[in-house]
Amino acid sequence: MSPAGEPGPAGEKLLDVVDLAKTFPNGTRAADDVSFTVARGETLGVVGESGCGKSTTAKMVLRLLQPDRGTVTFAGTDVLRARGRDLKEVRRGLQLVPQNPQTSFNPRLTVRSSLEFNLRAHGVARRAWRSTVDDMLVRCGLRAEQGDSYPHELSGGQLQRAAIARALVTGPDLVVCDEAVSALDKSVQAQVLNLLAELQSDLGVSYLFISHDLSVVEHISDRVLVMYLGRVVEQATAGSLYRDPAHPYTKALLSSAPGAPGERIVLTGEPPNPADPPSGCTFRTRCPWVMDTCAAERPLLAVTPTGSLAACHLNLTSRPALAAPSPA
Amino acid sequence: MTSPTETPETSGAAPSRPGAPAPTAGPALEVTGLTTTFSRGGRQVLAVRGVDVSVGAGESLVLLGESGSGKSVTIRSILRLYGSSARHTGSVVLGDQDLMRLDAAAVRAVRGRTLAMVPQDPNGSLDPLRPVGRQLEQVLRLHGVVADRKAARARALELLALVGIPSPPRVAASHPHELSGGMRQRVAIAIAVACDPAVLLADEPTTALDVTVQSQILDLFGDLQERLGTALLLVTHDVSVAADVADRVAVMYAGSIVEEGPAREVLENPRHPYTQALLDAIPRPTSERGHLKAIPGSPPVAGTDFHGCSFADRCALAQESCRTQPPALLPVADGHRAACPVANPVVAA
Repeated sequence: MSPAGEPGPAGEKLLDVVDLAKTFPNGTRAADDVSFTVARGETLGVVGESGCGKSTTAKMVLRLLQPDRGTVTFAGTDVLRARGRDLKEVRRGLQLVPQNPQTSFNPRLTVRSSLEFNLRAHGVARRAWRSTVDDMLVRCGLRAEQGDSYPHELSGGQLQRAAIARALVTGPDLVVCDEAVSALDKSVQAQVLNLLAELQSDLGVSYLFISHDLSVVEHISDRVLVMYLGRVVEQATAGSLYRDPAHPYTKALLSSAPGAPGERIVLTGEPPNPADPPSGCTFRTRCPWVMDTCAAERPLLAVTPTGSLAACHLNLTSRPALAAPSPA
Repeated sequence: MTSPTETPETSGAAPSRPGAPAPTAGPALEVTGLTTTFSRGGRQVLAVRGVDVSVGAGESLVLLGESGSGKSVTIRSILRLYGSSARHTGSVVLGDQDLMRLDAAAVRAVRGRTLAMVPQDPNGSLDPLRPVGRQLEQVLRLHGVVADRKAARARALELLALVGIPSPPRVAASHPHELSGGMRQRVAIAIAVACDPAVLLADEPTTALDVTVQSQILDLFGDLQERLGTALLLVTHDVSVAADVADRVAVMYAGSIVEEGPAREVLENPRHPYTQALLDAIPRPTSERGHLKAIPGSPPVAGTDFHGCSFADRCALAQESCRTQPPALLPVADGHRAACPVANPVVAA
């Protein structure tokens, strides 16, 4: 079993994110010292409610959004400072499957053209395009002829398979899936989740899998980050997180999923305004176990008795984590 | 089955509105043989293919289905929201009236009064330019359930308190954009229950909300039903939402109900292959990664023509007869019906 915060001994550290922070011009603190790693061949799930900063974090990892501070290291390259050939290599190795394929495919291009576009951008020789695209479409459960369809001619599930093929066609090491199955019907969602798992075991690709759906994240992930109001509040292996959540927010989140077993922890109120977060622990305004210290001091990620990391003052009795982020 | 007891406020102010429900012992809403057909580019698209549902006072029925199954079209058809853009057959009996036989003005008197709807996205249904309190007062005054402006204002504040809004006067003076998603949905629910409707329709009322807020809103529905005795017909694609609120569940696929029965029965002992496959496709703590039981293919697009069972192409049990014989919704257990003769062979009585 791997220790809580760090990837398993077999996994080489592929992505290393340290203290990423982003405050938008309107004052919204979308990411506040977010740190995590993803190992080769691993799936790191990220859960949290809307506005918790999970998509902002993904965009910064992909260098689609410039963080205020922090570093992103991908396969040894500093992603945020990479230029020229290094940047191109990062872009090839770090791909995205977006939430809604209907809006991420050019409606005027065939699916094949969109996939070829990705190959051309990464300097693959033209004569290899057809066979590379066909192979990947078939691998993703489509027929090669379906590459000649336009996006509107495919169903939602088929188009999401095409979006996965488009991400994988350059042979990436890490694919960021931002709510990649959320728009699909449950019966189709299961097909796509199976496909992602199959591709991972065949190609050894890693996933950063972002979703608000707890059962999907639990199913696909090796480890899970729980975010609340721009901060990582808990990080654990999927099994221990769902069996034994350490942070009060995680407990409430899991218990309020409809149909969850056990007693429901009903949170009062709603997430506070991210432009004006509470002092100390940002969850204290809704926490059933709030104490005086919670308003005064920001809790840092620390190892819990179960071996997870949680940012909660209730957890203070245990020893501090090795890689706890420093307060701003 | 008991009829809803009217609150003194509404019964006093509106003694005999034409839309008011007659206190009968039958179901609050009874839909029989409902079909909805749209004309799309000269083609006839049959979106709802003969739906029968009934909901009693205080009872909650969930229409569960995936996109394109016709669940939203069903409740919009019940409200007659499509006007002349759709053709309907069948009947929608509310109290002692068949909505399908009423003219537009009579339907308007019923809508929002005895039959009210909570929309999926309150951003689209609330007027962004007016304080939400005013919008509540407008509903009360339009249906004449309050005597004057002062009474409307007082009742609006009561309703906001009823749906769990902590400081009603402040919220009543707020514009929709000043409220959070959960608060807006509470306001939309307050508007829906303003005239103490006999039947509340809700179309994916929690889909746009975060899970911690979703559970608050689902609790609110249960609480309101208990207090007001309202019948609830709720549409969702989310099995766990259905498990949370439903007394009974009706599963829709391709415009028809394929299974219907008590919620526990349907969700724990499903009898239709589609319901079984849908429940199996949901990831559970025990399901092995990469080995979810997916349903092959994808749901048919609305309006596809079928000669036999609409699920036959994706069904593991399908036989030759399934493609030619449309299955009837037949009893399989007490209060539980399923439209699959293969999974539920009829035993001769």
